[in-house]
Amino acid sequence: MKGFLLSLQSEFYKSRKTLGFWGAILLPTLIMFSMSVGFYFNAHKLVNHTPEMLWGQFAGIPLAIMGSLLLPMYIIFVAYSVNVIEHKSDTWKTLFTLPIPKWSIYTAKYLFAVILILITLTLFFVLTIAFGTLLGNIQPKLKFGGFHIETHLFQVYAKLFFASQGIIALQFLMSLLWKDFLKPMGIGFVGTIAGVILTGPARWEYAYLFPYAQPLLSVMGVGNKKIRPTETPVFFTNEVLISMAIAVVIFITGYFILQRRSIK
Amino acid sequence: MVIKTENLNFYFGNQPVIKSLALQVPEGSIFGFLGPNGAGKTTTIKLLLNLLKLQEGSISIFGRELLGNRLEILRQIGSLIEQPAIYTHLTGRENLINRARLLEVPVNRADDMLKLVGLNDAGLKKAGNYSLGMKQRLGIGLALLANPKLLILDEPTNGLDPNGIIEVRELLIKLAKEEGKTVFVSSHMLAEVERMATHVGIINGGELVFQGSIQDLESISQPMVQVETDNTADAANYLKRNGYEIGHVTHSFITLPFTSKDDTATINAALHNNGHRVYSIGKVQKDLEQLFLNITQKSST
Repeated sequence: MKGFLLSLQSEFYKSRKTLGFWGAILLPTLIMFSMSVGFYFNAHKLVNHTPEMLWGQFAGIPLAIMGSLLLPMYIIFVAYSVNVIEHKSDTWKTLFTLPIPKWSIYTAKYLFAVILILITLTLFFVLTIAFGTLLGNIQPKLKFGGFHIETHLFQVYAKLFFASQGIIALQFLMSLLWKDFLKPMGIGFVGTIAGVILTGPARWEYAYLFPYAQPLLSVMGVGNKKIRPTETPVFFTNEVLISMAIAVVIFITGYFILQRRSIK
Repeated sequence: MVIKTENLNFYFGNQPVIKSLALQVPEGSIFGFLGPNGAGKTTTIKLLLNLLKLQEGSISIFGRELLGNRLEILRQIGSLIEQPAIYTHLTGRENLINRARLLEVPVNRADDMLKLVGLNDAGLKKAGNYSLGMKQRLGIGLALLANPKLLILDEPTNGLDPNGIIEVRELLIKLAKEEGKTVFVSSHMLAEVERMATHVGIINGGELVFQGSIQDLESISQPMVQVETDNTADAANYLKRNGYEIGHVTHSFITLPFTSKDDTATINAALHNNGHRVYSIGKVQKDLEQLFLNITQKSST
């Protein structure tokens, strides 16, 4: 356990100067800031919105962008960035000659990628509430004050986080095994596009089995129904359960592959 | 024995890379692991560190089997494999601090190591901007961080300038002599190994062709006298008539076994007095290629 905590601490120490780490903070901050600027200057068009509609729109746009494209792409990037540190510096061999169990090093790295995604989604949630409240105060025409979205939105983001576990596990394993960025990136990109098609235009009823479709399905459902961040979602839907099951299986498989693998 | 391998075999696919290797590295020795590029030195080191999975044979370190005692053994080893593995986006000092935390060593050891390997002034510079020599020094600093009992260093003087090579050599000798550490150091340069090692293992084509103390090696790796003259054939004949054993004659050089400094002076005077023009004369070490030839000749007789 100590080795695991030391490894996790080391992941933070190594990553704190990389874009992979700062991306987790910058991505939600930039998106939510530009969204707020847009709402501020278009306030006159939104004066007739009820507080619930206003929050629905303000929280729904980033959720739709994240669910469909941005979150899968960001996961591809994060999964690669935590592994590329070792690929680029050729440090796998030093990591595995440390007197620390292999499972600790592997689990800490995996968990670090998960934590980065968690930070991003938490910041999206927090900044949606913070910027919405701020907008309501500095632009009183926007009636943000009359509705409380916190509980619903928290659950929507929590669901999105759990539905992302399948992609995280897949992308992490590919980035761990392949030094070449193009392979996990290419597969991830094709997977993401296929995910959008399967849930949207194709309306495939078993799309929930496909990891890259799961985040989008978790926030929108089949056929890209209108996103409803103002309503409490049904939490343990098929895509969430399958995503978590895929993550568990791939995480364990990844460990056995690493255990049997020689470090070149 | 600190390191002992028995019947160690390793294959890449069907190709044998290490063949029946039986290393014996005594405690407190500087063991020079000598061999040309591609002989299997790095593969052996990776097997000793359990980076490559053991296929056949056994490895015991500190008297314990590597399989089954991996973590306890690694705790007492500092290593540097191939080119140093350094996080290029961190500074030299941060690289050391990161490793110190992982090894649960006081963080101020990082500064001690920077001083020890002569990187005190470059500690706050990004390691990506280091020269190869500086990276190598940092790699050695990282290997020494936890004050290990056994150091396994793969070509540690690679990329170092002559001063750096001398410093590393002196540091390793000091660590073995004063602190009783065992140093296992690979190299493809015979002269380098001869200058610091107390014990030598020579590997070629995956096979250990020689293993013993440096004195044993010296008896095989006899130094030679190389003479540059105007007419090497005549000069060689003249020396032969006078009872000298001639090693090897080329268009420009005659090579014969070195016996003593005085003898070299006598050869020079004799050639000179006999009308031969001697352009240069001096003691030279055999290169690895000749050494292998000697060893294989010796083992076949």
